[in-house]
Amino acid sequence: MTWAEQILAAKSGRDRVQPGEYVVARLDGFMMHDIFAADVLGLLDEVGIARLHDPERVTVVFDHMVPPPSVAAAAHQRKARELAIRYGIRHFHEMGRGVSHQVMVEEQRVQEGDLVVATDSHTTTYGGVGAISTGIGSTEMAYALATGTLWFKVPESVLIRLEGGFAEGTSGKDLILALMQIVGSDVAQARSLEFRGPGAASLTISNRLTVCNMGVEMGAKFAVFPPGAQEPQEASYVARYTVDLATLQPMVAIPHHVENVRPVAEAAGTRIDQVFIGSCTNGRLQDLRDAASLLAGRRVAPGVRLIVVPASREIYRQAASEGILEALSAAGAIVEGPGCGPCFGGHMGLLAPGERCLGTHNRNFQGRMGSPDAEIYLASPLTAAATAIAGEIADPRVLLRELAAKEVSR
Amino acid sequence: MSVQFPTLRGKAWLLGDNISTDLLSPGPYVHAPNQERLRHVLEAVRPDFAPQVQSGDLVVAGRNFGCGSSRESAPQHLKDLGVAAVVAESFSRIFARNAIAIGLPVLTCAGVRQRVRDAEEIAVDVVSGAVVLSDGTALAAERIPSEMLTVLSNGGIVPMLRAIAQGHAPAAE
Repeated sequence: MTWAEQILAAKSGRDRVQPGEYVVARLDGFMMHDIFAADVLGLLDEVGIARLHDPERVTVVFDHMVPPPSVAAAAHQRKARELAIRYGIRHFHEMGRGVSHQVMVEEQRVQEGDLVVATDSHTTTYGGVGAISTGIGSTEMAYALATGTLWFKVPESVLIRLEGGFAEGTSGKDLILALMQIVGSDVAQARSLEFRGPGAASLTISNRLTVCNMGVEMGAKFAVFPPGAQEPQEASYVARYTVDLATLQPMVAIPHHVENVRPVAEAAGTRIDQVFIGSCTNGRLQDLRDAASLLAGRRVAPGVRLIVVPASREIYRQAASEGILEALSAAGAIVEGPGCGPCFGGHMGLLAPGERCLGTHNRNFQGRMGSPDAEIYLASPLTAAATAIAGEIADPRVLLRELAAKEVSR
Repeated sequence: MSVQFPTLRGKAWLLGDNISTDLLSPGPYVHAPNQERLRHVLEAVRPDFAPQVQSGDLVVAGRNFGCGSSRESAPQHLKDLGVAAVVAESFSRIFARNAIAIGLPVLTCAGVRQRVRDAEEIAVDVVSGAVVLSDGTALAAERIPSEMLTVLSNGGIVPMLRAIAQGHAPAAE
């Protein structure tokens, strides 16, 4: 069986499961953030369900509208806070702790082999630590919290074997953007993406989280790095791909869809108004280190706004102690407190008609970050930093080579 | 198991591929009153939709309908505006699950976008999957599994939750 089949079989009390079967599975974890926690718990309250199946397995994180930019958001969060207390949810993380998915990993609320659901599409992120996990809506979450279970259609699995190591200037973001085109939603929709091979084994957890995070952008139900580089011999995959990491180059998704991917070099020179470095996709420490490696001692181009949002308080504090936040601020960045930042289009950097933003986040749909007449490009932290410096989309390898040349001449 | 569901007849609103949750339920209005949120549904691609859609109308679209966020407001807004069902060439899985959870039928029908004209009167049989065009031609959508049909015919998951609250349905374990 594939990794997804093994876990779904175990959680539904069966020896085996087949793709296409419907199973009712026990859930190991549940997460809700500030946008939906009040809706979910409010629905349970309204229908008269007074107790959750297992409040110990439930985590609430305030990460989207934080700090609240409106009275409506503040009132919504107060309701969620009150209901979380009433329903006995101890694992409650106030605003400032970070983006929910990063917090779930840091707080070890999700483990290898777990089946986890959350009211957020980027829940596929936890595949980076070997869990199968996926996003659900508010009503389904209410049912899951009440019963501890949810139905799943056992997905077909897609095997993605990774070989080699990253070339200069590339990272997990360039890999997942490349996969948007190599695999894409016609193949990945509602399936489980399973990453194996020596290249997968060598990927850092940070890069694995980035890759799994964006699995949902091609419609995947799960995206996961199982333990063990070799797929089980008897496992059956509906499609198989092999990607040599060394052949990747910096990639960018251009408006208005995540699958509109091309090499950064082909979009180079496109004028940019705003650069965003952060999100559950790319707001981790290595991402901030990558950005600072190019921005330290340089300046953001005139006319460009650079918004940096560390994904968690731990990352924020570590970046502060390493001098990264100082370097980014000195370069002209606005460094915001931990959270989702402007990624989902709620606040903290919405775009005016005609403006262009390049971000390290995960979605560039029309209207995602403010005006429907704005444009969003998605790329790695290195590409974002190089773009902020140039004021136009720029291949980070050019600056990296300059830096390397200086090292040699010193 | 035999599930009853009336045949849906209405005007088709034809949309393209990759209609995202950001188009259906834009983020900037996430905490706005529902009436205001409904005004912005699909405004970026079909500004005539929200002001003119009638109760019982049907949405017909291309590939990957509902891609993006887990926000249940995406199907809920369509339901609130009176849309009776969505027929598309393919759906994002979270959108499809959310739609069934709130009692909005979603049918996957290969090639439907090329066969239906905007504003055409069509009929949809949710149980058999038949999509009947104005000239009488019937297209075959994938049949919805009986478990999901039961949820749909009950009006979504909320009635199941009420039953659990009253001790009528088995909570697992």
